[in-house]
Amino acid sequence: MAEFTLKVNGTKYKVEAAADTPLLWILRDHLGLTGSKYGCGIGQCGACTVHVNGESMRSCALPVSAVGKAQVITIEGLSKTGEHPVQQAWHEVDVPQCGYCQAGQIMSAAALLKKNPTPSDADINSAMSGNICRCGTYNRIREAIHVAAKKVKS
Amino acid sequence: MSTSSIQFDRRSFLKVTATTGGGMMLGLSWAASAAEISEAPFMEAMTFNAFVKISPEGVITIMSPNPECGQNIKTAMPMLVAEELDCDWSKVVVEQAGLDSTKYTRQVAGGSGSTPASWKPLRTAGATARQMLISAAAKRWNVSASECSTSNGVVLHTASGKKATYGELATEAAKMEVPKDVALKAVKDFKIIGQSHKAVDNKKIFTGKQEFGLDFKREGMLIGVVARPPAFGMKIKSVNDSRTKAMPGIKQVIRFGNKVAVLGSSTWEVLKGRERLAIEWEIDTKLESSADHDAKMTELLGKSLEKPQRKDGDALAQFEGAHKIIESKFEAPFLPHAPMEPMNFFADVREDKAELIGPTQNPGSARNAAAQVLGIAPEKVSVMMTRMGGGFGRRLNADFAAEAAEVSKLAKAPVKLMWTREDDMTGGIYRPACHYLYRAALDAQGNVKAIHVRGAGLNVGNPLRENNFPAGAIEHFLAEGHNQQSNITTGPWRAPVHNFLAFAEQSFLDEIAEATGKDPVQLRLDWLAKAEKSPVGNFPYKIDRFRNTIELAAKKANWGKAPAGVFQGFSAYFSFNTYVAQVVEVTLEAGQPKIKRMVCAVDCGVVINPEHAINQIEGGLVDGLGHAMFSNMTFKDGVPEQTNYDSYRVIKMGDTPPVEVYFVENELDPTGLGEPALPPLSAALGNAIFKATGIRLRKQPFSLNGLRNV
Repeated sequence: MAEFTLKVNGTKYKVEAAADTPLLWILRDHLGLTGSKYGCGIGQCGACTVHVNGESMRSCALPVSAVGKAQVITIEGLSKTGEHPVQQAWHEVDVPQCGYCQAGQIMSAAALLKKNPTPSDADINSAMSGNICRCGTYNRIREAIHVAAKKVKS
Repeated sequence: MSTSSIQFDRRSFLKVTATTGGGMMLGLSWAASAAEISEAPFMEAMTFNAFVKISPEGVITIMSPNPECGQNIKTAMPMLVAEELDCDWSKVVVEQAGLDSTKYTRQVAGGSGSTPASWKPLRTAGATARQMLISAAAKRWNVSASECSTSNGVVLHTASGKKATYGELATEAAKMEVPKDVALKAVKDFKIIGQSHKAVDNKKIFTGKQEFGLDFKREGMLIGVVARPPAFGMKIKSVNDSRTKAMPGIKQVIRFGNKVAVLGSSTWEVLKGRERLAIEWEIDTKLESSADHDAKMTELLGKSLEKPQRKDGDALAQFEGAHKIIESKFEAPFLPHAPMEPMNFFADVREDKAELIGPTQNPGSARNAAAQVLGIAPEKVSVMMTRMGGGFGRRLNADFAAEAAEVSKLAKAPVKLMWTREDDMTGGIYRPACHYLYRAALDAQGNVKAIHVRGAGLNVGNPLRENNFPAGAIEHFLAEGHNQQSNITTGPWRAPVHNFLAFAEQSFLDEIAEATGKDPVQLRLDWLAKAEKSPVGNFPYKIDRFRNTIELAAKKANWGKAPAGVFQGFSAYFSFNTYVAQVVEVTLEAGQPKIKRMVCAVDCGVVINPEHAINQIEGGLVDGLGHAMFSNMTFKDGVPEQTNYDSYRVIKMGDTPPVEVYFVENELDPTGLGEPALPPLSAALGNAIFKATGIRLRKQPFSLNGLRNV
């Protein structure tokens, strides 16, 4: 067990945990931030996606000891009021079915748009290839990313 | 006074301001449903019935009784109530009801049955409350109720110009006599039903605030994982848990049956603790492999059945003298459900009662299974449903809820039991593996004289839906289905049996069309005409509805007129009282099929919430495509060989072509949509690939044939 100081959604937290504990379980069990989801535990489904220093990362495969001083942003901290362009676009397109994967999808989409504000379908398919939606809402996700891109532009 | 104000961007539609005691102002906001205001403080709401509560401020709370697994029933059910209540949808707050058999019936997410089963009862609940509001207004104004009307949450008396909001009338109205035999609206008068309304939980989902089963937390609860046998057919020989117990955070290790639960205070600690268990396993029953399964099904397909599921005429005699026989065998593997949220449940078992909370498609069955394992009466078990991260039939089973209850009882503590992805994929319940043999006997003119289907499945029950079209159109029709016991546990998987039977059946119809030189759409229409003119035996489908659906799909996809290089495949299937017809289009790139478009026509009667209906159908097609192309579960000596999303391939965004959805418009009572769009897709795809490549795919997943969607 060791003590780690984490910066999550702009707030500093001290947590005591084994060094190999994945960030996902720190967020969920220690900090009560359950928006990031467990889906596979091996970085294959993307349900746990967070931003670490602006980069989209799989929190289930990132040991807490590797986070260091990095800024972690989770779905809870993506925007203050839930009005990030991606969140708005998701509502306009009415994307979800079960909704379990959508936090991860939204975090991946937000990271994509930061790097590439006008992604093509192929860019989106490639950037989102690590996010599984078992309900099959992929076409709506793709459409919502285009809608969000237009919002960012304007 | 407390105020919650939510404002959005310039393009926003809705702004909500709620104040206690000061009434409520509602404008337009980006969330055109009142889920937005669910956290605002309300005055005490008046209860009208099991579905409707209205507060003096005018907030209308509608209970949604059925489990939500992504079918968006939590939006659709309240819409039924709100329609007949004639209220302002933007003032509706939706609450998930728990299991309550005294108030609700059929609290199940399965069999595509939530909408059809609630169509009349939920509208009646809304209409009843509306009538009580009218009665209260009539009494207050001393006028006849028949002179009063309602509009958008207001009762009106046109003659006097008097009006009152539902909120103003709520306290008096809730005390009025409950009317019997209320009239329901005609379809043409619907204002809410038939219009798209956004999912009521969207905002919570997009901000990480929506609680799923795995997110549930209660002070003092233990988190648990369970070690289960690594192979079907194995049992525990011995357990040494000393290394586990010595680890930090581990509170209890409990052996129960052939399983060991590790309980502690955090997920990572119990996962690591479970790894340190030293369990010796031994063979209990036979260890089965996929090769054994295939051999058994092949053997059964060679055997006739003494009592066939359906027998019209004398098919076997027709085969004796046939001019030509077409024969094909179709094979489907076991499949896990692989919902994004793995199995989990919370249980707090006390001396003579138990509280269960979690993601279940069938809370009643969870209650009964828990009661049985605990040895208490079902009435002593309460079940609250959380939103589910997918179900696909897996959560119709109660094994994981009963297991949590058993562990909580043994631990004498509240426990949230979670399954890892590997636990979920290897430790549970699968779509049964199935093989089908289809045969058709043709005369010299190419007429189909007889059809014979023989199915064999593992723990499938009846592998057939023997009254499926073209039964009814074929004079000599024989359907025989074998069931083989296996120690691989199976259960319902989205559109049970249909999900693969449709592939075999609809691919075989394409083979008949090919062999007889007929257009596949025209073949189906001709046979429907035959079934209409001279029906053979009983069949459940309505000919005109089936025909309309087939024609709509053909028209919308421009069937038969695809541009050069685009190859079309057709499929049409009736299940869960819903009619579906599909066209898949593929092109070829470097010899590999590229799926360009999937077109789907549906007759499900009245469409409640169009955008969600389309979403559900899109999902059904994408799900059908993914499993047809990629997904496979195999066993070696009882051990599942695919364990997580790295070895078990599911469909991804790049595999997903555009989907077009069209509805047959009518005013018939609605039927379900959770399942019916999935079954026909793989045949439409296989038929299109045949057109493109000349290769007839009869075994799933298609990736086994070296094909991939490029």
